[in-house]
Amino acid sequence: MKKLVILGAGTAGTMVANKLSHMLDLNEWKITIVDQDETHYYQPGFLFIPFGIYGPNDVIKPKRDFIPAGVEMVMSEIELIEPDKNQVKLVKDGRVLPYDFLIVATGTTPRPDETPGLHNGEWRKSIHDFYTFEGANALAKHLRTWDGGRLVVNIVDLPYKCPVAPLEFIFLADWYFHKMGIRHKVDLTLATPLPGAFTKPRAAKLLGNILEEKNIKVVPDFLIERVEPDKNVIVSYEEEEVPYDLLVTVPLNMGADVIGRSGLGDDLNYVPVDKGNFLSTKHDNIFALGDAANLPTSKAGSVAHFAAEVFVENFMRYIDGLEMNHEFDGHANCYIESGFGKGILIDFNYDVEPLPGKFPLPGIGPFSLLQESEMNHWGKMMFRWIYWNVLLKGKEMPITAQMSMAGKWA
Amino acid sequence: MPTKEIAGKTIEVDAEGFMANPNDWSKDIAEALAEEIGIAPLTEGHWKVIEFSRNDFSATGEAPTLRRITKQAGVPTKELYKLFPKGPAKKVALVSGLGKPTGCI
Repeated sequence: MKKLVILGAGTAGTMVANKLSHMLDLNEWKITIVDQDETHYYQPGFLFIPFGIYGPNDVIKPKRDFIPAGVEMVMSEIELIEPDKNQVKLVKDGRVLPYDFLIVATGTTPRPDETPGLHNGEWRKSIHDFYTFEGANALAKHLRTWDGGRLVVNIVDLPYKCPVAPLEFIFLADWYFHKMGIRHKVDLTLATPLPGAFTKPRAAKLLGNILEEKNIKVVPDFLIERVEPDKNVIVSYEEEEVPYDLLVTVPLNMGADVIGRSGLGDDLNYVPVDKGNFLSTKHDNIFALGDAANLPTSKAGSVAHFAAEVFVENFMRYIDGLEMNHEFDGHANCYIESGFGKGILIDFNYDVEPLPGKFPLPGIGPFSLLQESEMNHWGKMMFRWIYWNVLLKGKEMPITAQMSMAGKWA
Repeated sequence: MPTKEIAGKTIEVDAEGFMANPNDWSKDIAEALAEEIGIAPLTEGHWKVIEFSRNDFSATGEAPTLRRITKQAGVPTKELYKLFPKGPAKKVALVSGLGKPTGCI
């Protein structure tokens, strides 16, 4: 029997396990997937929890419900990956998993303890996050009784998961405080290490305009050095201070520690891979998918989805000694909630920035690209159903893995 | 691709003035570029960062991030902001003759 080991049963790992369990001959292949957490979180839903749009039960399901029959699931932390021995050591029972091929899909996590002053006594009091289940729920509780002041959203550093989420958070905060009747008592500020609202020029311009219309202040080129929780300020490396009453942080993101321990990662524990086929640059039987890889594109579920489609096609050739002839183009597709029941859709890849136009989607679309519409908001709300019922299970989606220029105004 | 006179040589650059070909770089060019962005004269501290960045680029094919310079070359981030004020990542890449750092979004 040949052995395929998948580390991580999140979005990328689960999708690939489902697809490969259909494509590989299970009389010849044993597939094992490892994770340390029983719960699968619908992470795009965390954004809606602080504002009471989703509750905790809207974003969780058991991971096992999504692992196909014929794939062994092991619940354990990972002790070490040993590429030279082609094996993975698990914490639980000291089990060792040998592999012929390894797929690393261990994701990325927020690390508030990497910024001085952030993860101290004020954590979950005047300092909150929304990229974790616990953080989003704690913030929901805090906002229910918050009566206004200076709310600062700060992005610590790049790259971070779902690059548009901090903007969506602040758009939704604007809407939420309007609804609560206290918008006039709230100052909204986005302090970001980017030179503007977003990196890609046309989207940055549109999003910058929307921020201005909503009276949201942007502090650009702000790389945080520390928080001074006693003075209620965040301080940049250039000693610029931004005062807050409520700090909502997007902490430094890092890949799993086991990647670092095993010598497989870069400075932030992301696995260096070929950006077209996800093969490790160091080991010819290790691939990294989803947020765990060091791809120069968004860390987001849509990227993991498009990447998974390209990956499985290539993998079926690679195991037979054939050349990998599918090239990933960095395709990402994101709905951006802009508040008041509207949303924006962006669709882009490594080379093509988000452009305006129409996004054709058979049976449902078209959606408007790079402009606000109610339809885009409903697209985002519908996506949760698609995620649980279609995407994770590795079923066909009516969107191609390669980005298409159809409908875009270049 | 546009070209530009730097230190008496015609050099290919991109729209924002980042050198197109890192092999065209020389120490004179670095001094001239430093002059242009107002950080001349280059000190020992600058050169340590520039040399690390150029070596790292030849190994990885990418201009290093601030975090990487701090970790690998041992230059504190705060010091990088003093040496290359207002957007050090871009300024280090510019003076070192490397392309514009790729944003990850």
